[in-house]
Amino acid sequence: MENLVNIFIKSIFIENMIFAYFLGMCSYLAVSKKVSTATGLGIAVIFVLGITLPVDYLLENYVLREGALIWLSPSFATVDLSFLSFIMFIAVIASIVQLVEMIVEKFAPVLYNQLGIFLPLIAVNCAILGGSLFMQQKEFVNIGEASVYGLGSGIGWFLAIAGIAAVREKIQYSNIPAPLRGLGITFIVTGLMGLAFMGFMGIKL
Amino acid sequence: MSEALFSKKNLKLLSDPLGGSNPITVQVLGVCSALAVTAQLKPAIVMSISVTVVVAAANVIISLLRNTIPNRIRIIVQLVIIAALVILVDQVLKAFVYDVSKQLSVFVGLIITNCILMGRLEAFALGNRPWQSFLDGIGNGAGYGIILIIIGTVRELFGSGSILGFRIIPDSWYIANGGFYANNGMMLLPPMALILVGIIIWIQRSMNKKLIEN
Repeated sequence: MENLVNIFIKSIFIENMIFAYFLGMCSYLAVSKKVSTATGLGIAVIFVLGITLPVDYLLENYVLREGALIWLSPSFATVDLSFLSFIMFIAVIASIVQLVEMIVEKFAPVLYNQLGIFLPLIAVNCAILGGSLFMQQKEFVNIGEASVYGLGSGIGWFLAIAGIAAVREKIQYSNIPAPLRGLGITFIVTGLMGLAFMGFMGIKL
Repeated sequence: MSEALFSKKNLKLLSDPLGGSNPITVQVLGVCSALAVTAQLKPAIVMSISVTVVVAAANVIISLLRNTIPNRIRIIVQLVIIAALVILVDQVLKAFVYDVSKQLSVFVGLIITNCILMGRLEAFALGNRPWQSFLDGIGNGAGYGIILIIIGTVRELFGSGSILGFRIIPDSWYIANGGFYANNGMMLLPPMALILVGIIIWIQRSMNKKLIEN
C-alpha cells in the first residue's frame, strides 16, 4: 500500500510528464489558450492513461516479454516478442481511445461535447505512448502499480496544462516584447514552472 | 517527369523548413523529443538523424500509396508504417550505437508519436509525388536537427564544459583547480531546454517580423 502511494506521488510531482520528460508537449502548447478546454483535455488524458497502462501492462507481461507466452505452452519459454512492443502499444492506444470515445459519447454526452475533437487526438499524444514505454522500463511487479502510475502521470499532466492555461489567460493582458508573444513566452513560462517543480526532487520516497 | 529533379521549387521544399517554416519553432511540431534528448550533443545528433530518416522514408512510402489508401483508415495506416520504420531504426541503433540508444531510452520509441511525422504525412505526403515528399521529409528532419544541435551544443558547453565529450573549457579554469569558472548545472536540468527554445524563438522572430503572433 505504501509503495502504491509512493508511486502515485512520484509520478505526479517528481517525474511529471511535462516538466521532467516533456511528453505531450504538442497538445500542451496547442490547447492551453483557455482554462476550460485545457481542463477538459487534461481529464481525457487522465482517463486514457488510467485505462491504457493496465492493458499495456497485461500485454507486456503475458504476450511480449521473453518467456511471457509460457502460459500457452511450455515450448514458448524462449520466445521474445519485445521488439514488437512499439507497434502493439500504439495499436492498443488507438483502439482504447476509440473505445473511450464511444463510451463517453453514450454515457456522458455533456463531457463528450466539451472534449470534442481532443478525444481522438489523444491517440497521438506522446504522453500516452511515453507512459506505456516508461511502464515497460520500470518493470512494475503487479497491475496495481501500473494503474496507479498511469493515473498519477495523467494527474500530473492535468496539473501542468491547467496551470499553464491559467497563466496564459492572464498573460494576454501583459506587455510582452512582440517577438516573444504567444509561443515564445509560453516556452519560457513552462520552463519556469518546471524549475518550480524541481523543488519536489528533494523529497525522498 | 517533366520537372528537373532539383528545380527551384524543389529546392525550396528543402530549404524552407530550415528557417521560415521550421518544424519546431514555427510549426510547433515534435517538441517533446527535441527537449528531452539535448542535455548532450551526441544523443541530439543521433536523434536528429533518426528522425530525418524516418520522416523521409515515411513520406516516400505514404506518397507512393497515397492513391490507394482509403481516406477513413489513413491514420491507422500511417501509424503502422511509422511504427514499422521506428522499430527498424531502434534495432539499428541498438546494434551499432548501443550506449546512445540506452541514453535515448524511450525517446526512440516516441518518434512514433512525434508530431512532425503525422504533421508532414497529413499536410504534404498525402497530396504530393514521392520525390517532392522525400525532399520535404529531409528538409523537415534537417530543420528539426538544427534546433536540436543548437540546444545540445549550448547545454553541453555551458553545462559540462565540453562538446561531443571533448573538453572545451580548460581544466585549469575550474574553481577546484584554483581557477574562477564553474559549470552551470542548471543547463543540464530539463526546464533549461524549454527556456532555450523560448530564446531561440525570440531571436528568430525578431529577425523575421512576419512570424510575430498578435
